[in-house]
Amino acid sequence: MLLEVDRVSKSFGGVAANVDISFDVQQGEILGLIGPNGAGKTSLFNSIAGQVTPDRGEIRLDGARISGLGPVACVEAGIARTFQVVRSFDSMTVLENVIVGAFARARGARAATETALEVLDFTGLAARADAPAIGLTPSEKRRLEIARALATKPHLLLLDEMLTGLTPTEAQAGMQLVRDVRTRGVAIIMVEHVMEVLLPLIDRAVVLDLGRVLTQGHPADVVRDPAVIRAYLGDRYAPAA
Amino acid sequence: MTAASHTTIARRRRRELIAGAIVLAVLALLPLAVHDTYSRNLIIITLLFAGFAQAWNVLGGYCGQISLGHALYVGVGAYVSTMLLVRGGVPPTLGMFAGGAVAGLLALLVGWPCFRLSGHYYAIATVVVGEIGYQLFLNWDWISAAEGINIPYVRAIGDSWLWLQFRIDKLPFHILALTFLTATFLTAWWVEGSRWGFSWRAVKDDPIAARSLGVRVFRSKMAAAAISGGLTGIGGAIYAQYVGYIDPESVMNGQLSILIALPAVLGGVGTLWGPLVGAAVLIPLSELSRSYLGGSGRGTDLMIYGALIVGVALLRPQGLASLLGIRVRAPRDVAGDVAESPRAA
Amino acid sequence: MGLIYALVAAGLSLIFGLMDVVNFAHGELLMLAMFAAFLIWQATGLDPLLQLPLVALLLFGLGVAIYRLLIVRALSVPFNRGMVQIFVTFGLAIFIRGAAQFAFGGEYQSISQSLLANRTADIAGIYLPLPQVASGVVCLLAFTALLAISRTEFGRALEATREDRDAVALIGIDRDRIFGLGWGLGAATVGVAGTMLATFYYVSPNVGANFALIAYVTVALGGFGSLTGALVAGILIGETESFTALLISPALKQVGMFAIYMLVLMVRPRGLFGRL
Repeated sequence: MLLEVDRVSKSFGGVAANVDISFDVQQGEILGLIGPNGAGKTSLFNSIAGQVTPDRGEIRLDGARISGLGPVACVEAGIARTFQVVRSFDSMTVLENVIVGAFARARGARAATETALEVLDFTGLAARADAPAIGLTPSEKRRLEIARALATKPHLLLLDEMLTGLTPTEAQAGMQLVRDVRTRGVAIIMVEHVMEVLLPLIDRAVVLDLGRVLTQGHPADVVRDPAVIRAYLGDRYAPAA
Repeated sequence: MTAASHTTIARRRRRELIAGAIVLAVLALLPLAVHDTYSRNLIIITLLFAGFAQAWNVLGGYCGQISLGHALYVGVGAYVSTMLLVRGGVPPTLGMFAGGAVAGLLALLVGWPCFRLSGHYYAIATVVVGEIGYQLFLNWDWISAAEGINIPYVRAIGDSWLWLQFRIDKLPFHILALTFLTATFLTAWWVEGSRWGFSWRAVKDDPIAARSLGVRVFRSKMAAAAISGGLTGIGGAIYAQYVGYIDPESVMNGQLSILIALPAVLGGVGTLWGPLVGAAVLIPLSELSRSYLGGSGRGTDLMIYGALIVGVALLRPQGLASLLGIRVRAPRDVAGDVAESPRAA
Repeated sequence: MGLIYALVAAGLSLIFGLMDVVNFAHGELLMLAMFAAFLIWQATGLDPLLQLPLVALLLFGLGVAIYRLLIVRALSVPFNRGMVQIFVTFGLAIFIRGAAQFAFGGEYQSISQSLLANRTADIAGIYLPLPQVASGVVCLLAFTALLAISRTEFGRALEATREDRDAVALIGIDRDRIFGLGWGLGAATVGVAGTMLATFYYVSPNVGANFALIAYVTVALGGFGSLTGALVAGILIGETESFTALLISPALKQVGMFAIYMLVLMVRPRGLFGRL
């Protein structure tokens, strides 16, 4: 068991974003975190990646507690994340952006550059290494986000709506990249809205609704679960019980 | 040769080093072309201040924390080295490192609470800290307070590199100042490509993203403070030896703080060559205008000074170095809001 | 004295609160105001107290002029914006000081005859110098006026423009006009402070620097953008200065107030009432 989320709850100013969330992630697994808007997915991400501390409950990586230790500790433990709205370092080139991430593990500038070059190659951005980060196309920017995160040599990667808003071709390429990341031995948690893209990709799914875990299991089962359908589409579409 | 050394970054950095070596050679040979004492003195002062500016640049330009009270470290370096010499008989060649160490530690002490403040609040806090230091030193009798300390020329020792005293020929100071400048230049060059350099740039662009990639923001700022303060302190000791007399007015006051920070800003903040270009323009200008115009107390020198600052700031905000075709990164608002707390990283 | 500090700080706060511009030339504006008061007195014998509206108006015009000529350019600079405005206003300060030295020479002057000079007021048995008392009163009045202005439509437009420069353009507020007026108001405030100060403080080109630092400390202490903050901080700073001079040593009076400043900032990094 790589990651354990143990009865995590978090409220913001009286509004409960996450209530009693529990699930785990295995080594090398691709987990999908799905649920309608407002279900608490981003807040959960923030808790796992350390940007936010849960009010109750614990998050453990390889048995050691990482909740409440802050984003830097999480990176050092082996968790990396991407952001929904791409946050690239605009004053730097693509390579420099990735080097920042590489320094999380690398001892010196040379090692960091090596790591960065390798990751750029892996994510298909090698040709754009010296381009200023602001000049990238949206799909290239997403790759950059992943590249930076990968440069920190994580065991677990959190992808926040990586595939949203891409053309079908771009989305296919993106999905392939995610699979490639898994072959490097990195486990992945993905948050997505676009179901057709997500479901073929993931091994397991955890469904959130209104801050709680609705159900978890194989994607095919989860998607047929009446409760899930109701949560997404409302009562009108629930299959006749 | 690994892939890393073939990158455009690596090539550019090698070019910078080579250019630096050339400039160094030219500067070293300058005294051969210039013989009168006044000009030689001017060159030495310019070199020293270029070094100060470069040291300031590490904290102010690269790390983005605009310190307007940096003279504090000059003064501390000068006083520590001088006190060690005058009271303890320690040669300045050792004393300057002690001065640098104390200054560096002080910088850490100041940074610890101050890095929590954002942009303008931080700048004002540095001015305040500088003022506090100035006032305290002004009233501190153990170090002769406002009277200052004269650094005696010990005849028994004569001209000496160990004791950094040279009676007639000021040339060694030229070499010393140049060495100081080279040291700060190399430090800036090294820091630019190091983990800290990348950390600072990342934080300036997007602190949240930086943290999410494992950048220890607070720690990186402290590193900047220590490096910057330490180097400035060493320079302060050298300055003291050169001038032969120190008092709080000359090594620690607000004017000096501005004179250290200004060249870096004028020349291009956060760049390798900016402080040098800025100092090369500003220091001679300020010295010359003070000698020729300021003597009458008529303030024309200030007017020129002020107009120049405004002009460059409005017309060439990325700094004068860009006029020489030196690539200047477009930094985000350097005085922007990056407030830190020690616990966070 | 605290109230004078407060007033100067208020002017600064206004300008900063307006558009994130820290005006480093504020001290020099004060100095110019004092000189204006002095010169007018010298030329016409008009008492400083009566000059108030005149000097305020002069400074108002100066403030607007500075905005239109320099600041507008500084704000539209492609990068390094934060530093540019620091250094533009700073360069301006140096320039003004040089110009003043050039025009007036470096000696100290003072207004020796006026309604207020060299008189004392008897307040509840304590004799206080009249100029200081009057200044205090004027400053309080000025503050009330400022607070009143901030409640008017103009004041609210100022607020709105600070919050979101682009949005206000959509509802027809001309950013440049509002900011220009704001600068004028800030400068006028300092004009009032300067005139009153001239009744009991010496007038010289270098006087700006002293007050400038105190003003920044006061504003930062009170919190940028807050008038009440400036008032409270000003009083606090003024009193601390007197106390330190009394209890510890006159030479260290500034250290006392700076120490207080640092302490407060550690606890509340945005100043006492700061909104930025």
